[in-house]
Amino acid sequence: MVRVDEIGKSNSLIQVRDLDKTYRRGGEEIHVLQRLNLDVDKGDFVAFMGPSGSGKTTLLNLLGGLDVPSRGSITVAGDEITHMSRSKLTDWRARHVGFIFQMYNLIPVLTAFQNVELPLLLTKLSKSERRKHVETALSVVGLAERMNHYPRQLSGGQEQRVAIARAIVADPTFLLCDEPTGDLDRKSADEIMSLIKRLVKEYGKTVLMVTHDPVVARLADLTLHLEKGLLVESVEHPQAMAGCVA
Amino acid sequence: MKFRGLIFANLFRKKIRLLLTIGSFAVALFLFAFLGVVKSAFSRGTEVAGADRLVVVNRIGLIQTMPVSYADKITTIPGVKAITHNNWFGGVYQDEKNFFPQFAIDPDNHRKVMTEFIVPDDQWANFLKDRQGCIAGAKIAKRFGWKIGDRIPIKNSLYGNPKTWEFNLDGVYHNERPGGDETQFWLQYKYLDESMPANYKGQIGWYVLKLDTPDDAIRVAKAIDAKFANSSQETKTETESAFAAGFAKQLGNIQFLILSIGSVVFFTLLLVTGNTMAISVRERIAELAVLKAIGFGDRSVLFLVLGESLVIALVGGLLGLGLAMLAIPVLGAALTGLLPTLILSPQILTVGLVTAVLVGIISGILPGIGAMRMRVVNALRRV
Repeated sequence: MVRVDEIGKSNSLIQVRDLDKTYRRGGEEIHVLQRLNLDVDKGDFVAFMGPSGSGKTTLLNLLGGLDVPSRGSITVAGDEITHMSRSKLTDWRARHVGFIFQMYNLIPVLTAFQNVELPLLLTKLSKSERRKHVETALSVVGLAERMNHYPRQLSGGQEQRVAIARAIVADPTFLLCDEPTGDLDRKSADEIMSLIKRLVKEYGKTVLMVTHDPVVARLADLTLHLEKGLLVESVEHPQAMAGCVA
Repeated sequence: MKFRGLIFANLFRKKIRLLLTIGSFAVALFLFAFLGVVKSAFSRGTEVAGADRLVVVNRIGLIQTMPVSYADKITTIPGVKAITHNNWFGGVYQDEKNFFPQFAIDPDNHRKVMTEFIVPDDQWANFLKDRQGCIAGAKIAKRFGWKIGDRIPIKNSLYGNPKTWEFNLDGVYHNERPGGDETQFWLQYKYLDESMPANYKGQIGWYVLKLDTPDDAIRVAKAIDAKFANSSQETKTETESAFAAGFAKQLGNIQFLILSIGSVVFFTLLLVTGNTMAISVRERIAELAVLKAIGFGDRSVLFLVLGESLVIALVGGLLGLGLAMLAIPVLGAALTGLLPTLILSPQILTVGLVTAVLVGIISGILPGIGAMRMRVVNALRRV
């Protein structure tokens, strides 16, 4: 269950407290996020919407440990990440976060298999164990038979599915999706969203997603609207919670 | 080793660029090896010079002569063990390009002083008996396909008198010092002296003498020069290594020219290689950012970048040094007479390989550190 503006401790998977992010441009301070509070439970699927510059991607970067807040704290599965060192944060990302980007960001010179295997190179798994994990992840996204294809030999939707397989292969605590359908046609976008929904419903994954597309946002359990760095509205989607994909 | 696939996949991303980069690295290392060989060839005379030998020349200069009778006077100086003398012959075998040094030697004493030159006793005995005999270095004999017993014609025009001299090849010498000279041609001093004009008879080019102990070098040198001071042909005596260094110094400008031009080309190639590696990293900064986002640490990213530059450096370096191993003997043969013997020593190969590795590290470390320090969020915005 997602809660906003919650104060104090909770047992939520992700707890965001009084989060501020300020940039300096010239002599001017720009408040990208302001006093943001948020609790996300395991298995929640949350969409963030808002106009450009509202702080959606910044929030995602902070939640993923790619950026550090100016003030406030983020706690994930009991680990407060806001005060972690750079190297600890890197290790933490490898264990807890699966990233899905708008432009897929696959390595073009690696096959689908090798791209998905990347996060596992950082683990102590043996080669055969890594192969087993990669094959499983590619099966989940329906691309087991394309594992030896290079990104250029795949369609945009297939590339994004490989990126999803890469995001889930190490079984992270939660997935962060930055406009996952932003570069896809409607049909491919629907397929990707069905896949993400399936990860939530069947595999119990926690997903936080930034999108501009209201159709895509409606598939989440809850849409949070940001404006000028503030959470201004939250909209629940009961049909999405019931598992209906539009 | 888990990153091996990633390193090689990235290397083969742009095959033509990879080939050109490895190629330029190979050329740079070939050049490095060649320069090393040239440098060592020029300085080898000094390195192999006997510490217990002195060279006596005419004080005016090497081309001025001295009386052969000086030998008897020099041997009276305490500390002198043996003495021999040489004359420059300066002939041409068949063609001007077939240059090799020819010396008229003193067969009775030559082996007592120049102990590093090994001639089988039977061959030496034949040479002593044969007024027109000659001894050739193994390399020069091999170069012209000479065999013992061959008749060798050498043209020269000493003192304006053109003449073709005929010699019988009585022996072939080897040098017991690794890399030592085996390109000389020796004839009998007496044979040369017979043909000299009257006012040049009994004159020699320079003396080489062996000491009882190297510790006597300064004292004996001073004694020799003092003995002939104020004579019509004063002497200048110095150790063989000082003499060789002085001789090499005359070639110094050529050596300096070759080394400085080569060094500029070598470092330019290295800069080009380093720049190519830096460009290759900059082009995929976003990919490196993705790797960092999914959990690759700073050190892993540095390792990946360094791994690539090291592979290029090692492959290019080994290719260049391999090419040098094949080409330098051929070049050396082609340049016989123009340059001292070219020898690609294990030291030059080792230094070349270490240089390749160092350049690989240096050219990879700067872009690698840049990749380490980059902020993932900023780099991802470029995608």
